[in-house]
Amino acid sequence: MISIEHISKSFADRDILKDVSGVFEKGKPNLIIGASGTGKSVLLKCIVGLAKPDTGTVFFDGRDFTNGDVDMKTEVRREIGMLFQGGALFDSKNVEENVRFPLDILTKMKYEEKMERVNFCLKRVGLENANKKMTSELSGGMKKRVGIARAIVNNPNYLFCDEPNSGLDPQTSILIDELIQDISEDFDITTIVVTHDMNSVMGIGEKIMFIFKGQKIWEGTNRTITNSGVQEVDDFVFANKVMRTLRGK
Amino acid sequence: MKEIGQYFIFLGNLFTNRESFRTYYKLTLDECMNIGVGSLWLFMLVSLFVGAVDTVQTAFNMLNSPFIPHYVISQVVREMLVLELCPTIMSLIYAGKVGGSIAGGLGTMRITEQIDALEVMGINSISYLALPKIIASSLMYPLLVIFSLVCGMIGGYLVGIVTNIVAPGEFIQGLRSEFNPFTITFALIKAFTFGFLISSISCFKGYYTQGGALEVGISSTKAVTISVIAVLVADYLLAQLLLGR
Repeated sequence: MISIEHISKSFADRDILKDVSGVFEKGKPNLIIGASGTGKSVLLKCIVGLAKPDTGTVFFDGRDFTNGDVDMKTEVRREIGMLFQGGALFDSKNVEENVRFPLDILTKMKYEEKMERVNFCLKRVGLENANKKMTSELSGGMKKRVGIARAIVNNPNYLFCDEPNSGLDPQTSILIDELIQDISEDFDITTIVVTHDMNSVMGIGEKIMFIFKGQKIWEGTNRTITNSGVQEVDDFVFANKVMRTLRGK
Repeated sequence: MKEIGQYFIFLGNLFTNRESFRTYYKLTLDECMNIGVGSLWLFMLVSLFVGAVDTVQTAFNMLNSPFIPHYVISQVVREMLVLELCPTIMSLIYAGKVGGSIAGGLGTMRITEQIDALEVMGINSISYLALPKIIASSLMYPLLVIFSLVCGMIGGYLVGIVTNIVAPGEFIQGLRSEFNPFTITFALIKAFTFGFLISSISCFKGYYTQGGALEVGISSTKAVTISVIAVLVADYLLAQLLLGR
């Protein structure tokens, strides 16, 4: 479980996050949603430690990650897997080397054990025959799947996904969403997904935090989001004409 | 001033929270291949011509006097190559080739979130990415300078013979005449310093790239420009320190 308390962050004189608190539960995808430029990605960066919040604290299973020492932060980070928006795969390495990378650096496993784990993860994301492909040969969806395989190869306790569906077609998006949901449930890990994709929200949004202008203004699930009673949430959910028509019915 | 402070903090971070020795050993060998072996062809080509042109120009300046023996030409060429042309002028080319490539590579890794990916895994990205490059450059550039010296002298020798400026025996005599071994030590000290400066400045500029593809290009250009200025300042300081009277 990850909890955040009173997170605020500003750049220059612009407040990006204002006093955001919440709890992200284990074994299911926790979604942070909101329109573009509302501070979702900054919040994610504050949680994983890529940005330091001006005020507030992040706890990973009770461990104070924000104010902890370097050793503790390193220990927590080695339990984290993260899928980046563009995949963030290493250009100089092929698929297999990319997925094996955390094991090479962070573990003392034998080569055979590492390869067994790599092949398991690649199979899990449906890329069992792509070991030797270079990242430049991969499609957008494949890059995301390799990114997921790399994120889970080290058996993380926490999985973070930044806009996992950006740039993907609707069918591939659903595949990626289901993969994230299955992995969260199967491995019982705390997963946080930042997205503004309504298909993801309705598909895997078992717990949703809505951010508007840097503030958390609503929390709920995909079953309650259509009846939130909050104008900003309604504007976001029913921005699409089809959704508005469905609401009318 | 802020940037200079940031540069020293960057250097300090190279040695904190490191990975295993084995990881760095392999990365450093890879970088030695990229930086050192990858530059051999360029260094050979440039050095051959530098040596050749030096010989012709020195001869042009000296052969008018009947009192100067011909072997002095290669003696002067040797001193020019050892003291300045090979360690310093070649470092400007090295900054363009290796420094630009390091800054561009790290800048691209930054904007495509590859550096963030390393950080999230709990890896000290500065140490992991920059330390092998800096070690490799500091070790390989002195070797490249030695190679460049040999090529420069071969270039001078060949041109001297082919154009009848100086006889083979006289050229060799000039290379050996009044040779002070400290000049080689001095050249290698300079080479080590320049190798370190170029790689560390380029890593620094590339690592802190912000923005997109355009900024990667700007970082590479800045890396080369600042490296060249740093090399020239260090060149003067070392000359004053080690050769000044």
